[in-house]
Amino acid sequence: MDDEALGARGLVVGYRGHEVIDGLDLALMRGRITAIIGANGCGKSTLLRALSRLLPSEGTVVLDGRDTATLSTREIARRLSVLPQGPSAPEGLTVADLVARGRYPHQRWLRQWSETDEAAVREALERTNMTAFAGRPVDELSGGQRQKAWIAMALAQRTDTVLLDEPTTYLDIGHQAEVLDLLVELNVSAGRTIVFVLHDLNQAARYADRVIAMERGRIAADGTPDEVITPETLRAVFDVEAHVVADPHSGAPLVIPASVPLTVRRAAPAAS
Amino acid sequence: MSGLVALAIAVGVVAMLSIGVGSRFIPPGSVLSALFSPGGGFYDNVIWELRVPRTVAGLVIGAALGLSGAVMQGLTRNPIADPGILGVHAGAAFGVVVAIYVFGLLDFRAYVGFAFAGAALVSAAVWLVGSRGRDGATPVKLALAGAAISAFIGSATSLVLYADSTAFDEFRFWSVGSLAGAKADLLLAAAPFLAGGALLAFGVIRGLNALSMGADVARSLGQRVSLVRGAAALAVVLLSGTAVAAVGPIGFVGLTVPHVARALAGPDHRRVLPYSALLGPLVLLGADIVGRVVAIPSEVQVGAITAAVGAPVFIWFVRRRAVREL
Repeated sequence: MDDEALGARGLVVGYRGHEVIDGLDLALMRGRITAIIGANGCGKSTLLRALSRLLPSEGTVVLDGRDTATLSTREIARRLSVLPQGPSAPEGLTVADLVARGRYPHQRWLRQWSETDEAAVREALERTNMTAFAGRPVDELSGGQRQKAWIAMALAQRTDTVLLDEPTTYLDIGHQAEVLDLLVELNVSAGRTIVFVLHDLNQAARYADRVIAMERGRIAADGTPDEVITPETLRAVFDVEAHVVADPHSGAPLVIPASVPLTVRRAAPAAS
Repeated sequence: MSGLVALAIAVGVVAMLSIGVGSRFIPPGSVLSALFSPGGGFYDNVIWELRVPRTVAGLVIGAALGLSGAVMQGLTRNPIADPGILGVHAGAAFGVVVAIYVFGLLDFRAYVGFAFAGAALVSAAVWLVGSRGRDGATPVKLALAGAAISAFIGSATSLVLYADSTAFDEFRFWSVGSLAGAKADLLLAAAPFLAGGALLAFGVIRGLNALSMGADVARSLGQRVSLVRGAAALAVVLLSGTAVAAVGPIGFVGLTVPHVARALAGPDHRRVLPYSALLGPLVLLGADIVGRVVAIPSEVQVGAITAAVGAPVFIWFVRRRAVREL
């Protein structure tokens, strides 16, 4: 496929006899935002890590039309950046130093730091609104600012494809929106292909072109948010009864779990 | 940069003190004339045969210990890691015991090769065990493999020492660690190993920086994690294995110097490594000078001094919360 940025053919991940993913095929289109959702332990992070070559796997991972087995770690890192879940920086490392490390895949022994590196770091800090924090140690920032610093590092890598594992987990609602808006902005203005694993279904519905729901290591549903975020899929994948309505702001599907409200429970305490 | 210059000047001052100060008093004027215009002076021998080699040993061994400690802590992301985790000390001690007990060698100089071979073999074994499995040599697996194998080798060493009192007596002197036995030919023999280790250490700086953010991030930044870990471990073994072979086990320097370096220079290994390479000789030579003068006319070995003098300083340092997480 011409416009496939990243794909998998017959992907198998895990130890023999304990395959987390057993024969998965996937094609992720260039310039799109894809959200991977699924219950805890369904293999969604495993898939992301296998696609970004952080985990060894069998089968083929195709990046920009090339089998990643034929690419060096450095060549992969120039085409694809990945932000793992909950990364940690050594104490005292400044935001500017962290972001500068995003340039490692572009540097060589003899060519240590160039104008391009400088420009990439500056641009990454500006895009994430972190320029004012450049001199601050990462460990002294709030959770939301810290996450933006890490995203800035991934941006400084200047790759066409960016993968993120639960980029909004542990952030407050304001920072969640800020991080996701930033990723959408990157997609729209810079054409980056973005793939993220998300826990929050409403975020997946609102911020992605395509949603992939995983269940026990295979793809259970795959399509637009409207196609995937349905009561039937939620029941099958998450074992939850839920209403799906149109979100009044964006029109995207909005999930409302159908658990018994507190007031109803209090009114009938003897039911159980 | 100014910090490095200041440290380098401090090292120079300590080196001059080390040449000038000893259990035998030599007037400063005679020290200088022996150094800069040697030629039959009364003290030429003492200065050139004893104090200069001893000072050079303190400089290079101190740098090796500081560097290997910094690389070890970067490799394992563990602030209490020292080269001992890789089994370097246990292996060297076992090598010396084999030299004494099996080969009946009673010459301090003969232990060097055995100590280095022991250090290299045992750390290779630790590496092989600790890097099994598809995720490679993770810090936890290395630490566990190192602890288990060091304990095993240590008990073998103890068995021999308890059974054989001659071996025990000989071993006792080796096991304290001293710069006094360092002679020019020994230093020349050690130089290629130390130079190789130092080159490797400075070569993996970027890899260590990447690893300091976790193996996943390091890989995502294009680093070949197992290659970086292997090269870093080899650097540690070359540096600390040569150090322990040349002057015996000297603890504390490798553990504490990187902490001081990080407090002064921040977490970037481009700065931590040079700072550690200068702080190491500063601490080691400083301790050695103290050891020469606290018990005049006899001497206290430097291995006994580093911890005795260094520990209170380090505790003060920790209490100031200047120690950084990795």
